[in-house]
Amino acid sequence: MKIKTLALATALAALGTAGLAEPLKVGMITTLSGGGAGLGIDVRDGFMLAVKQSGNTDIEVVIEDDQRKPDIAVQLADKMIQSEKVDVMTGIIWSNLAMAVIPSATAQGKIYLSPNAGPSALAGKGCHQNYFNVAWQNDNLHEAAGAHATSEGYKNTFILAPNYPAGVDALTGFKSQYKGELSGELLTKLGQTDYASEIAQIRASGADSVFFFLPGGMGISFLKQYADSGIDLPVVGPAFSFDQGILQAVGDAALGVRNTSQWSKDIDNATNKAFVESFQAEYGRLPSLYASQGFDTANLLLSAMGKASISDADAFRAALKEADFSSTRGDFKFGNNNHPIQDIYVREVIKEGDVYTNKIVGVALEDHGDVYAAECKM
Amino acid sequence: MSLLLLAEQVLNGLQFGIMLFLMAAGLTLVFGVMGLINLAHGSLFMIGAFAAAAVAGATGSFLLALIAALAAAAAAGALVEILVIRRLYAREHLDQVLATFALILIFSESTRWLFGSFPLFLNIPEALSGPVTLPGGIQYSLYRLTLIAIGLVVAFGLFLLISRTRLGIQIRAGESDREMIAALGVDISKLYTIVFALGAALAGLAGALVGAIQSVQVGMGEPVLILAFVVIVIGGIGSIKGALVGAILVGLTDTLGGLLLPLFFSLFMDNASATSTGSALASMSIYILMAIVLVVKPSGLYGARA
Repeated sequence: MKIKTLALATALAALGTAGLAEPLKVGMITTLSGGGAGLGIDVRDGFMLAVKQSGNTDIEVVIEDDQRKPDIAVQLADKMIQSEKVDVMTGIIWSNLAMAVIPSATAQGKIYLSPNAGPSALAGKGCHQNYFNVAWQNDNLHEAAGAHATSEGYKNTFILAPNYPAGVDALTGFKSQYKGELSGELLTKLGQTDYASEIAQIRASGADSVFFFLPGGMGISFLKQYADSGIDLPVVGPAFSFDQGILQAVGDAALGVRNTSQWSKDIDNATNKAFVESFQAEYGRLPSLYASQGFDTANLLLSAMGKASISDADAFRAALKEADFSSTRGDFKFGNNNHPIQDIYVREVIKEGDVYTNKIVGVALEDHGDVYAAECKM
Repeated sequence: MSLLLLAEQVLNGLQFGIMLFLMAAGLTLVFGVMGLINLAHGSLFMIGAFAAAAVAGATGSFLLALIAALAAAAAAGALVEILVIRRLYAREHLDQVLATFALILIFSESTRWLFGSFPLFLNIPEALSGPVTLPGGIQYSLYRLTLIAIGLVVAFGLFLLISRTRLGIQIRAGESDREMIAALGVDISKLYTIVFALGAALAGLAGALVGAIQSVQVGMGEPVLILAFVVIVIGGIGSIKGALVGAILVGLTDTLGGLLLPLFFSLFMDNASATSTGSALASMSIYILMAIVLVVKPSGLYGARA
């Protein structure tokens, strides 16, 4: 009897320690080379900063570069699930890669925390209990831009975006919140670098404002050429063409432009202040919204690790869903489809000393979820 | 749609075409004279832009930046020719494609290593910024007009070089029979290095000029490279004149297609679907042009060999 009790106690103790110190393996697949590398590097750096600050030694992060290619992302995901045996996956920037990786990863029982991509297909009917989006649903920032255009009293906006799913979603998102007329609507080629033709059409259209969604280098090209064209109409857009990594390459051409974002470096809360300061100290540059998303993703994961063990999937999911971490964005919670409900701000591009950056000028949408949540049966 | 808009778009198409010509000229020379498919030509475009951005950032002078772009791209071209390309002349096209594709990766990652992953800043010089009013009341960017002028000057210079100089004679001779000119005592390997460096310098110049109105970032050369290949296929491989005509055709087709096709479809479709159908077809327009040219003239507009 005595021995049996002792054995039971030992077993329980062993179980107990295992439960507390159970290591968790994170597989991060993100874009670290090629054209879109700046985004992935920021997400990675933000994520790793949070892990480092937590001092948590039970978390192991495996990082791989997807080169922005869906086929490579799929191979890496298979490798991470089958041979690395990761518990949680994260890191993907682009929606087309996300669609190639996430549904199969969540179906195999892995938790996926998206630090950026939020395709509508995964927010509505395709939502999954293992999939959490810590950034935004793709439409969100564009909806906010539409709301801002309406509140500014724009009556005749010219809108353009690249001809690919996220671009079409962007225009839809903008239109859903915009009450004025459209003076023109253009779908440009993905990866286009010369916008002379589009700018000529904007000039001829009699528009009173311009909305554009052109992420990365496309936005840099557009803004420089737009500034040089002498057209003086106000421009609004989502934060993707105005993030910290891009602004320095655009220069004066971006000054004064309004853009919408769920994050900004001047959001007034202690977590954000500490984040901006420590990111700058660690990496020698200002964080972008992507870095803040990486940072929040890691903190969400760390908060769940403190509450539940990864081996108890239900408890771990519940702990994630509580979103009991202090976000750089201030208020943050998950909707029924595991996508954020958060404020989306309007920012303006300013120059601080020699550095171009953003400052908040208002709130476009408060406690904003997404329209697909209603279709999610979870 | 007003006549003004159409005139502006024609200028845009012309400017786009002229920049493509700078890329395509080098590509077509290298292919025509040396029989080499150089996929890394886009990397030389990128090197030009990065060199220009670095020098403009350090000195503030756009002219120095252009000189640096020419020098850096030519030097990179010469180096690559001597170290790598020279070993490939006797090999099949597939080997050349593989090796020069590897060069793209090497150039991209070394550039990232040197300059980081974030796009660089390169702006148009103060003196050339802003629009000018052309006769007829067209507001057009002064910088883009300058690009057209520079491109035409380079095209004319290249034409003189090929038709009037000793080097030009050697290049043309090398195109038609390389064994024979080697037998006549021309140092063929030096000639190849010069041709390659010349093509590289043109690509670098294009990179620097275009970099000022676009985004200077790793991988910026590859989309242009694809268009440059379309241009030389349309123009006829090895022909500078073909490259010029092909480039302007591609530039105009691309620009005017993007404008006119959605308008055309909106005659009998609702606006949203006209936009998406028109845009989709506009993206295809230059490839359709290429297909038509290939059907009518399989060796390209000015191609010598079938």
